[in-house]
Amino acid sequence: MTTTDQIRLAWQALTGHRLRTGLMLLAMAIGVAAVVFLTALGEGARRFVVGEFTALGTHLVIVLPGRNETTGGHPPLLGETPRDLTLEDALVLERHPAIRRVAPLNVGSAPASHGRREREVTVIGTTAEFLAIRRLGLTQGRNLPAAAREAHPVALIGEGIRQELFAAGERALGGWLRLGDRRFRVIGVLRSEGYSIGLDIEELVLIPVASAQMLFDTSSLLRILVEARSREDVEGASRAVRRIIRERHEGEDDITVITQDAVVSTFDGILTVLTYMVGGVAAISLVVAGILVMNVMLVAVSQRTAEIGLLKALGASPTQIQRLFLTEAVLLSVMGAAIGLVVGYGAVVVLRTLYPVLAASPPPWALAAATIVALATGIGFGVLPARKAARLDPVQALARH
Amino acid sequence: MIRLEDIDRRFVIGDNTVHALDQVSLHITAGEYVAIMGPSGSGKSTLLNVIGLLDRPDGGRYLLDGEDTTTMDEVRLAGFRRGNIGFVFQSFHLIPRLSAAANVALPMVLAGIPVEQRRRRTAAALAAVGLTDRADHRPEQLSGGQRQRVAVARATIMGPAVLLADEPTGNLDTASGMEVMALLETLNDGGLTLILVTHDASLGRRARRLVKLLDGRVASDNRLAAGA
Repeated sequence: MTTTDQIRLAWQALTGHRLRTGLMLLAMAIGVAAVVFLTALGEGARRFVVGEFTALGTHLVIVLPGRNETTGGHPPLLGETPRDLTLEDALVLERHPAIRRVAPLNVGSAPASHGRREREVTVIGTTAEFLAIRRLGLTQGRNLPAAAREAHPVALIGEGIRQELFAAGERALGGWLRLGDRRFRVIGVLRSEGYSIGLDIEELVLIPVASAQMLFDTSSLLRILVEARSREDVEGASRAVRRIIRERHEGEDDITVITQDAVVSTFDGILTVLTYMVGGVAAISLVVAGILVMNVMLVAVSQRTAEIGLLKALGASPTQIQRLFLTEAVLLSVMGAAIGLVVGYGAVVVLRTLYPVLAASPPPWALAAATIVALATGIGFGVLPARKAARLDPVQALARH
Repeated sequence: MIRLEDIDRRFVIGDNTVHALDQVSLHITAGEYVAIMGPSGSGKSTLLNVIGLLDRPDGGRYLLDGEDTTTMDEVRLAGFRRGNIGFVFQSFHLIPRLSAAANVALPMVLAGIPVEQRRRRTAAALAAVGLTDRADHRPEQLSGGQRQRVAVARATIMGPAVLLADEPTGNLDTASGMEVMALLETLNDGGLTLILVTHDASLGRRARRLVKLLDGRVASDNRLAAGA
C-alpha cells in the first residue's frame, strides 16, 4: 500500500462520516485556536506594558535622594534625606561619557491662572533635555532654554491646560501664565501622547528647574533622570552616578538608583510567565480534544468492524490496518490544527482591529507548540484505536455484520 | 492444492468446549468445484474460514500449494490470503463510501500495485462481470445482484487460485442468485477452484463434489456427475 493510497483511503473514511469528522475537527480547532488567541492576548499585554515603559526610555536611570536601606519597600520618593540632590549634582553627571542626557526634576502643585481662569496644575521644573528623555514633542513653539541654572520665566503647557485656561481661538503661545505669585510666558505646547505611565501629559506645566526651585522655595531636586548612551551603558552609567554623587556627598551613599531596564525586565518576566500559563491552560483543551479524537476513533473502529474484517480478508496485514487508522487520526489532527490556526489568527486580527493599542500577536513558540501538541495528541491518542483495529479477529469482525 | 490434515478447531463457550471442526481431513485439487453443506453449527463456515486463512486451526496441518500455513505469522498469512484466496460473502461486504471500481481495486491498493495497472485491471474485471457502466456507482446505488457481482470482481482481481463463497446467493432473489452462480461457475470453468458453502440443496447439487459436514466432522464426500 503506497502512502498516497493510504492517505486517500483515510480521507475517504473521514469524508464518509461528515458529522463525526466535523465534530472532531471542531474540537481540535477550538483547542489550537484557544492557544493561539490566548497567547496572543498575553503577548499583546506584555508588549503593551513593556512598550509603555520603553516609551519612558529603556536606557533610563532614575536617581532618587535617600538610601533605600532595607530590601523591599518603596524607595523614599519624598523621604527625608541627610543630603539633598542638587542641580549641581545633576549637571556634573552630564559630563560622564556613558551618560547622554540628564534631566533634573522638581515636581510641585501650584495654582495656575490666565486672565480670570484659574486651576490647580502639576508643575515640573526641569531642563530642555526632559522632552528628549521622555520622548515628548511640541505642537507649537519651542523647548525650554538650554541654560539650566537660569530661572527664565517661561513655560511649556499641556494641551488640556491650554484648552482650559485660554479661550477658544486665543493664541496661547506668547501668552502669560501665572503660577503662584510668578508670571511665566508660554513658549510651547506639548503634544498629547495620551496617558504615559505616571503622568498625564495634557495636564502638565513645564518650567525651567531654577524657576521651579524659586517657585517652590527649595534648593533640592525630587529626582534626576539620566539617559545612558546605549542599553549596554546603563550599568556603567548607574555605577558612575553612584560614584560621582558619593564623591560629591562626602562619601555618603545616600541616593537610590533605579534602572528602567530592571523595571521593564521584571514586568517582562512576569507577563511572559503569564503568557506561558494561559498557553498551558489552552493546551489542556488541546489534550482534551485529543482524548475526544481517541474516543471517536474507538467508536469508529467498532462501527467499522465489518470493514476491518473485510480488509483482513482481502489481505491487509495488521500493520496496514493500523496505519490506515493512524493516518485518519493524523489527517484529523493536521486539519484541525490548520483550521485552529486560521480561526485563532482571525480572532487575533479582530482583536487587533478592536484594540489596536494591545498589538496582540501570537508568539512564534505558541504557534509551534499548538501545532505540535495538536499533532502529538491526535497521533498519540490515535494509536490505541488503531491497534485495536489491527488486532480484531477477522472471523468475528465479518460475522458481526 | 488444498490439503487439510486432521484439522481441529475448538471454541470455548462458557464451560463448554465446542468442537467446530473435529479431525477434518480434506484434499481439494486445483480447478475443483466443491460444495460444503451441513446444518447450522456443523462447522462449515469455520471450515471455510480455516481454508481462507482467516482462522487458525488448533490442531492438524493445512498445506496450501504445498506450504504449511499453520506455522506462518500474521503478515505472511495476509500476503498469502491476498494473492491466493478470494472471498465472496453472503452480505457482499462492499465498503459503502467507495465506488464499485474502488471496491474492486481495494485488494490491489493493499498489494501496492501501481495506479495505471490498477485502473486497467479494474476496468477489465468490471467488464467481465458486466458492470462497466456501473463503475462509478456506490454500493447503495446498485441492486443486490450487481453488488454481489462487484464482490466477485473484487474477489478475483488478484488472480487467486481459490474462490471461497459463503452463501453467495443468500441475500439475493432467485434470478440474480442464478446470475451470480453462473458467473462463479464460468470462473470455475476457467480453472479457478471454487468452494461454496450453502444451505441450499439445489445449489449444492450444481457442484461436482459435495462435502457434507455434521458436528464438525466430514459426514460424506461425494463426486457428482457434472451439471446434475
